[in-house]
Amino acid sequence: MKARLSLAIGLILVGLVLVTALVSLVWTPYDPIRVDSAQVLQPPLHGPHLLGTDGFGIDVLSRIMVSAQICVQVGIIAVGIALVIGVPLGVFAGQVGGWGSELVMRVTDIWYAFPALLLAILFAAAFGSSTGTAMVAIGLASVPAFARIARAATLQVMSQDYVLAARACGTRPAAIAVRHVLPNIAPLVGVQASVSFGIAILAEAALSYLGLSAQPPTPTWGRMLADAQTYLFSNPVLALWPGLAVAAAVLGFNLLGDGLRDLLDPRLKEVR
Amino acid sequence: MTVVVAVAKRAAIFVVSLWVASVLVFLACSALPGDVAQVILGIGADPASVDRLRTEFGLDRPLIIRYGEWVGGLLTGDLGDSYLTRRPIGPDLAPRIGVTVSLVVCSMILAMVMALLFGMHAALRRRHLDGFLTSAGSQIGLAVPAFWAGILLVVVFAVGLRWFPAGGHVPLSRDPLGWAHHMVLPVVSLTIVQSAVLTRYVRSAFIEVLADDHIRTARAIGWRQFPALMRHGLRNVAVQVVTVLGLQLASLLVGAIVIEQVFALQGLGTRLLDAVAQRDLLVVQGIVMLLVLAVLVINFLVDLAYLAIDPRLRTPGGTR
Repeated sequence: MKARLSLAIGLILVGLVLVTALVSLVWTPYDPIRVDSAQVLQPPLHGPHLLGTDGFGIDVLSRIMVSAQICVQVGIIAVGIALVIGVPLGVFAGQVGGWGSELVMRVTDIWYAFPALLLAILFAAAFGSSTGTAMVAIGLASVPAFARIARAATLQVMSQDYVLAARACGTRPAAIAVRHVLPNIAPLVGVQASVSFGIAILAEAALSYLGLSAQPPTPTWGRMLADAQTYLFSNPVLALWPGLAVAAAVLGFNLLGDGLRDLLDPRLKEVR
Repeated sequence: MTVVVAVAKRAAIFVVSLWVASVLVFLACSALPGDVAQVILGIGADPASVDRLRTEFGLDRPLIIRYGEWVGGLLTGDLGDSYLTRRPIGPDLAPRIGVTVSLVVCSMILAMVMALLFGMHAALRRRHLDGFLTSAGSQIGLAVPAFWAGILLVVVFAVGLRWFPAGGHVPLSRDPLGWAHHMVLPVVSLTIVQSAVLTRYVRSAFIEVLADDHIRTARAIGWRQFPALMRHGLRNVAVQVVTVLGLQLASLLVGAIVIEQVFALQGLGTRLLDAVAQRDLLVVQGIVMLLVLAVLVINFLVDLAYLAIDPRLRTPGGTR
C-alpha cells in the first residue's frame, strides 16, 4: 500500500519535472532571460506574473520552468556516467571474486572520499566552472554507489544454479554477464539510478548556488536562490519558489526509487 | 593478537588510500590546464614574464619533484605558499578549521540525537499514523537542499523574528554566548538534512532488528518490546548506524562548505571557494587534501568502531 503511494507520488512529481522541462523548450509565459527594468520585483499572484518577477524584472515562473531543463540534463548525464562506469566495474568484481573483487571494493572506498561537491570544486578550479564539469563531477562521484550495488547483486546471481549450469556448458563470462547477470540486477540498478538522479539534482543545485555550475544567463534553481539571497530583507518570497522546485524534484525521484525498491524486495514487505 | 592484525590491516588500507588520494588531488590541480602564472598575469601578458613567474613558483620543474615537495611539506604540516598572497597557507587556514569543525561536530551530534529519537519512534509506531508521519517528514527533509533550509531559516528567524543573526561568526574563545548565538542557524540548517537521512537508516535498522529471532524470543519469554530492543537490539542497530554515520560525516563536511557560504562563516569552505574563483590552485589543493584526509580518517575510525561493536569481525575469518 505504502509502496504504491510512494510510487504514485514519485511518478507524478517526476512526470511534472519532465513535462515542465519539455514544455519550457517551446513555451514559457515570458522571456526567461531578457532583463526588463520596468517590471523589477513584482509581487506574486498580483498582476500578470503568477510568481512575480526577480530583481532583473524577469518572470520567476518562466525561469523556474527553464531551469528544469538543466536539472533533467544534469541528472541524465550524471547518472549515465555513473551507470556506464559503475555497473561494469561492479559486475566484473562480482564475477571474478577474490582479489579482483577486493581491489574494486578498495578503489570504491577511496573514491568515496571524493564527494560530488568536492570533486566538482576540484574540477572547477582546474577547468573552470560550467555545467559540463559539474555533470562529470557528479557522475564520477556516483560511480562507487553503482559499483557496490552491482557487485553485491552480481554475487547473488552468480551463486544461482542456472549460472552454474551455464558455466558448466562453457559459456564465456562475458556472455553470462550479458545473458544472466545484467537482466537480473537491472531492477536494483534502476532503483539506484532513481535515487542517484535525486542526489544529482541536489548536488547541481548546491553547485549552481555556489556559482560552480551553469554560468549566467542560463537560469538554474540554485542560481535563482543565490540571486534571491540579495533580496531576503525586501522580497523573501523570491527564495521560496526555486527551493520548492528542487525539493519537489528530489522528492519525486526519491519516492520513485523507494516505491520501486519496496515492490521488488519481498523481505521488506513481510516486516511491514 | 587477531585484533592487532585486524587493526594493522585497516591502518595499512588507510595509508594506501591516503597516498592514492594525494596523487589524485595533486594531479587534478597541477597536471591539468589553467596555468597559474598565466592566470595571475592575465591573457595579454608577454610570454617572457609568464615564464619568469612560472620559474619563480617552481612550475617549470617535473611533476614528480613538485609532488614530492608538496607531500614532504604536508607531512610536516607545511601546505606551501599561496600563489596570489605569497603567504604560507597553513597559518591562514588554522583558525578556519575550528569554524568548520565546530559546525560539523555540532550538526552531527544534534542530527544523531534527533535521528535516534525519530527513527526509533518511526520504527516502533510504523503501523500507526504518527510513525508514518515521522517517516514522511524524514522523506521530505531528505529532499530539501541544506542551503535552502538555511536561507528559509534566515528569512524566518533573522529577518522576520530577529532572534538570531543572519550570518557571521564569533570565536568561541572570545565570546561563548555570541558563538552559540551565531552558530544556531547554520547548525540547524545542516542538521535538518542530516537527521532526515539518519532517521531513515535508524528506522530501517530497528525494523530489521525487530524481526530478528532473538527479539521474538525475548518477547516470548515476557520482555516488553522497548526493554528487549534496548538489551538485544541496540548493538545490531549500532553496526548499521555507524556505517551510515561514517558516510554521512563526509557529506556533512561538504555540506558545511555550502552552509558557510550561506551564513558568510569564515571557515575552510569559504576560503576554498575564494581560491577556486581566483584559481589559487595550491590553496585549493591544500584544502581539498585536508577535507579528503578528514573523510579517510573518519572511514578508518568507522572501521575500528566495527571491531569494537561486532566481536565476530575480530576473528580472522570474520566478514562484515
